[in-house]
Amino acid sequence: MQVEQISVFLENKSGRLSEVTGILAETGINIRALALADTSDFGVLRLIVDDNEKAVSALKNNGFTVGKTDVVAVEVADRPGGLHEILEMLKKNDINVEYMYAYVRNSGQNAIMIFRFDNVPAAIDLLSSQGFTIIGGSRLYTM
Amino acid sequence: MIYNMEYETMPREALEAIQLRRLQTTVERVYANVEFYRGKFQQARISPADIRSLDDLKRLPFTTKQDLRDNYPFGMFAVPMDHVVRIHASSGTTGQPTVVGYTARDIQTWAGLMARSLMAGGATRGDIIHNAYGYGLFTGGLGVHYGAEMLGASVIPVSGGNTRRQVMIMKDFGPTIITATPSYTLHLAEVCEEMGVSFKDLKFRHGIFGAEPWSETMRAEIERKLNLVAVDIYGLSEVMGPGVAIECKEAKKGLHIFEDHFIPEIIDPDTLEPLPYGEVGELVFTTVTKEAFPVIRYRTRDICSLNPEPCICGRTHVRMSRVTGRSDDMLIIRGVNVFPSQIESVLMDTQGVTPHYQLIVDREGPLDVLTVRVEVSEKMFSDEVKRLQAVEKTISKSIKELLGVSAKVKLVEPKGITRSEGKAVRVVDNRKL
Repeated sequence: MQVEQISVFLENKSGRLSEVTGILAETGINIRALALADTSDFGVLRLIVDDNEKAVSALKNNGFTVGKTDVVAVEVADRPGGLHEILEMLKKNDINVEYMYAYVRNSGQNAIMIFRFDNVPAAIDLLSSQGFTIIGGSRLYTM
Repeated sequence: MIYNMEYETMPREALEAIQLRRLQTTVERVYANVEFYRGKFQQARISPADIRSLDDLKRLPFTTKQDLRDNYPFGMFAVPMDHVVRIHASSGTTGQPTVVGYTARDIQTWAGLMARSLMAGGATRGDIIHNAYGYGLFTGGLGVHYGAEMLGASVIPVSGGNTRRQVMIMKDFGPTIITATPSYTLHLAEVCEEMGVSFKDLKFRHGIFGAEPWSETMRAEIERKLNLVAVDIYGLSEVMGPGVAIECKEAKKGLHIFEDHFIPEIIDPDTLEPLPYGEVGELVFTTVTKEAFPVIRYRTRDICSLNPEPCICGRTHVRMSRVTGRSDDMLIIRGVNVFPSQIESVLMDTQGVTPHYQLIVDREGPLDVLTVRVEVSEKMFSDEVKRLQAVEKTISKSIKELLGVSAKVKLVEPKGITRSEGKAVRVVDNRKL
């Protein structure tokens, strides 16, 4: 049920982000969602793309340090309080969200959020049992 | 003023006669008492009886820091332990520091040399000496201390750190001489300024600074800010500690090496051949009076030249130029010796791999700042920023624990570190010395 996300280490230097997007463009890879976390020295770019293997090898060949992590894509009701409900529920059940970001496309009436949990299986169990829709990798990449 | 007029101004010929006699005795003693030297001499097919002139010194094998490490801790001592009254160790080495020992007579000799040094720098028995060199395993603090007492001056054993209290002591006790590392001295000057204390109102006349490389520019700055006359002092624990060589306040041009106790040579670090006076090369010392820890042709790795010209101060002992560099990659950061290989082993220990790394040294204000740039490998990479920051913190903490020096650790992209001809540039020293 989880989705594979790739992450790329970037130094805080001008032009580094465009270098990554350039490599992905040349390789014909579509970016479906992304989030950038940064400190004063470095940043970590997290990406959901339509072809992980190709993206990882293209970035590695260009000298980037690349990692893969499992994240969870969840449908969130696209109305006031939609995200709050899910976060409250996670909090009550002691599931920690390391970070999250929005997916670019809607699924019907719902938005899609990408969650990075410290405990992925427990989070998936909980979300499923509470009736949330989790979107698996194969579906998400091609949405 | 000259502390030991007879020896410090001795004509060359008489000095060399004393050197030869003392060298012969030292060579005999290390051959008889130190297995390491006996083995090395036998390998080189030389026996103590072959040392007939000072020129024969160059037939003896060199001793390196690695030799001292291999004989850790007491293997190089030339006397039984019950004759050893003091033990010091070199700063900032992982695993095996180099350990040196002193007999009661060595301590006397050293104190005498430090008394000479303090006086060459302007101190007399009427002075109050603010000794801000660190006391402990490091030779700086105790070296100056015993010399100051032998001179008859009043010594304040303030040691390093607790700078605001030092300022208070300087104000209230009225010391007239300061002994410290140049970088700490400039830090002290800054704190003084912050506290609204002017050096013009303090009583300092002279300062004796060393234990790390510094420059004429820094001398000018220290003399201006502290309102005193500054001289350079040189020494290393393997040879004695501070007091191996001192600049005289009269000339302030090169450091007199106390040649009645240490025979200096300059060698080409590649061919190992001795070089004539005036040429720049690696400084090598043979001690000729030390009992517990004599060294034969010890390679200091410090780069400088020797000047035999007579000096206006009256001392006849040869002068070494300021140390301009190292023949290895050792860095001195805030008085602590740091080798890139030590950082490498910290990375190995904390990360399980040795990633590419680079040491950058800057001088921010008066203090040295070490930055360690580490290329992020897949093994240490994480999608979570806090984990990457934890990696930086762990490395930084280990460096502090093992080397005793604070370092900023910065993760960089692979290939983020400059390589020249395929070889990584390990050290970038931006300090303008």
